[in-house]
Amino acid sequence: MTTTTLPPSEKTQPVSAPGHTTSDRARSERKLGWLLAGPALAVMLLVTAYPILQAVYDSLFDYRLTDPDNRSFTGLSNYLVILSDSTWWISMGVTVLITLVTVAVELVLGFALAFVMAKALKAIRPVLRAAILIPYAVITVVSAFAWRFAFAIDTGFVNTWFGWLPGIGADTDWFGGQWSALFVVCIAEIWKTTPFISLLLLAGLAQVPEVLQEAAKVDGATWWQRLRKVTLPNMKAAIMVALLFRTLDAFRVFDSIFVMTAGANNTESVSFLAYRQTISRLEIGLGSAVSVLLFLVVVGIAALFIKGFKVDLASARGEG
Amino acid sequence: MVASTLAACGGGSGGVPTLTWYTNPDAGGQTEIAARCTEAAGGRYRIETATLPREASAQREQLVRRLAANDTSIDLMSLDPIFVPEFAQAGFLAPVPPELAGRVTEDVVPAAVETSTWEDQLVAVPFWSNTQLLWYRKSVAEAAGLDMTKPVTWDQVVSAAQDQDKLIGVQGIRAEALTVWFNALIESAGGSIIAENSTDPEQVTLGLESDAGRRATELMRDISNSGQTGPALSTANEDSTATGFESADGGFMVNYSFVYARALGKVEDGTMDQATVDDYGWALYPQVDEGTESAPPYGGINLGVGALSEHPDLAYDATECITSTENQAYYFVHDGNAASDTTVYDDPEVVEAFPMAETIRESLEQAAPRPLTAYYSEVTGGLQRRYHPTGSVDPATTPREATEFITAVLRKEQLL
Repeated sequence: MTTTTLPPSEKTQPVSAPGHTTSDRARSERKLGWLLAGPALAVMLLVTAYPILQAVYDSLFDYRLTDPDNRSFTGLSNYLVILSDSTWWISMGVTVLITLVTVAVELVLGFALAFVMAKALKAIRPVLRAAILIPYAVITVVSAFAWRFAFAIDTGFVNTWFGWLPGIGADTDWFGGQWSALFVVCIAEIWKTTPFISLLLLAGLAQVPEVLQEAAKVDGATWWQRLRKVTLPNMKAAIMVALLFRTLDAFRVFDSIFVMTAGANNTESVSFLAYRQTISRLEIGLGSAVSVLLFLVVVGIAALFIKGFKVDLASARGEG
Repeated sequence: MVASTLAACGGGSGGVPTLTWYTNPDAGGQTEIAARCTEAAGGRYRIETATLPREASAQREQLVRRLAANDTSIDLMSLDPIFVPEFAQAGFLAPVPPELAGRVTEDVVPAAVETSTWEDQLVAVPFWSNTQLLWYRKSVAEAAGLDMTKPVTWDQVVSAAQDQDKLIGVQGIRAEALTVWFNALIESAGGSIIAENSTDPEQVTLGLESDAGRRATELMRDISNSGQTGPALSTANEDSTATGFESADGGFMVNYSFVYARALGKVEDGTMDQATVDDYGWALYPQVDEGTESAPPYGGINLGVGALSEHPDLAYDATECITSTENQAYYFVHDGNAASDTTVYDDPEVVEAFPMAETIRESLEQAAPRPLTAYYSEVTGGLQRRYHPTGSVDPATTPREATEFITAVLRKEQLL
């Protein structure tokens, strides 16, 4: 793949000086592009745009699945109910907290792991990479159960192993309080998705030209200076993409909470709230409105990253 | 899933109609009964089973989604009684033939008939019934000087446990088990979670703010704060309380009858001493006020016939076979799920397998079902929100807050 990528100078030239001779080629390339990406786009629209539009439509109704005859149009009242409800704001706060904590910790840990993977001895690198990837390969529900069993009073070993720490004893009920339960949820999330972020960062790390590093070394830059002035600026795009993906992912946290606390003790996330209104209460209207709000927040985060932090998704793949 | 899909498409081999029975997971008893009834039908129909998820709430979710999408493959359903009104009001259940109604309610415990009825019509067929007993360690009760031959009160149980420093197993998890516990307390105190029922969610009147409601709240708080409920009360479910009861600290516990079979299984596996099982005692659910009969929790399974079934008549025929005295006795012995038919309790095989069978029958006779409403999930969900953790409830404020909250949820003015 890398051999087909043109150096930036050659690629940008035709754009700054458009020539009539290349328009035919550009047109046919565009056509080929549509032919290649078109079917995927159609499928995407079918499986994502249609449900999203359906949810937006449903959110304007008072509609209960077991009482379809009494469906009535209520405009934006579902949104008013949600936004004036403390339950929504509590779950929003919990979601933001989980997102901030897990993404921040994962970024640091992921960076460290990426460094280890990039710099470790060549002989053990494949083994190391596989080992680091194992948590990411585990199904989220399974990992959530594993963590739940580890911290539970009756089946867990955590209280025994860490009993010497202040505040932890044989009777510590981790899922009995908001903060301790959220702590376990965060740990499970971090354990599970750090490999993802470290792999994205590893890809970014590999893009930093070795010549720049050597030049900096020759100039007498310390390790810290090289990291800050050479490595990080060159992999900024990769970092931002990793952050974007993980933030969007973390914001939709569901499985761990579902398995560990089922939302008790104020540990409910926004997706969980949507699940309970739609699936448990069968209030399709209210549930759809929660989902639409969640969707808008996620779109907002993506827009913030792409516009605000100028993340170029293409550059992360080495196309820039 | 595969079996049900094939059944729906194939329509049975050789022209024999196939009935699909959606069952809750068990030890294989319902599949065996399906085979027996297929044989008894003599070629009129075949019954195939399809297994639903383990949790009652998940069973409801799956069935509702399928029924709302007009799935015709649902002929028979094993329904948790709490969801019968919702299914009936949504029109998901085929009407019970009048001539059948008399036969399938004969000799059946009152709560089973009550939970199968909606708007004065029988809408489901009672199958098996479950109830909670007060389980106690004979040695602990004896040491505390508690006379278990007479009905005991919660206060007596708490003092006995405190006296001996042993556990009282109650279910404080924010789940259905919490509603089960609270409902038993309020019903035993002479009240009800729903004072006046209605098919219109805005007209449902709650009974939490009654004297009985406040008494139940107070008792729930005092038991939770007695110091004898174990460290993880706020996440304690039926399984974890059984584990606590099996331990050396076990003293008392309210729980379903599965705990006995579970203990016998552990003895067989060698993880529990025979002496521990011999120490198991059982009695009727504790009273709230001395001298007033308790209202033990009621559970179980009722059979519903899908409104879109292609063979509702055959399906109702099948329910009669499934719930026959013989099959209920088999199911009791094989799966440990108590019968709704009271004549089953005279079966020598049942009496031999379950020494507490008579206590179960007595308990079922006075058991009180949880509120029968088409909006059950709102009521139970709201209750679980405001009554959890159980140690922090306050008889002065919690009943009012819970009433306001559940009423607002029913009016769709608040999220749940």
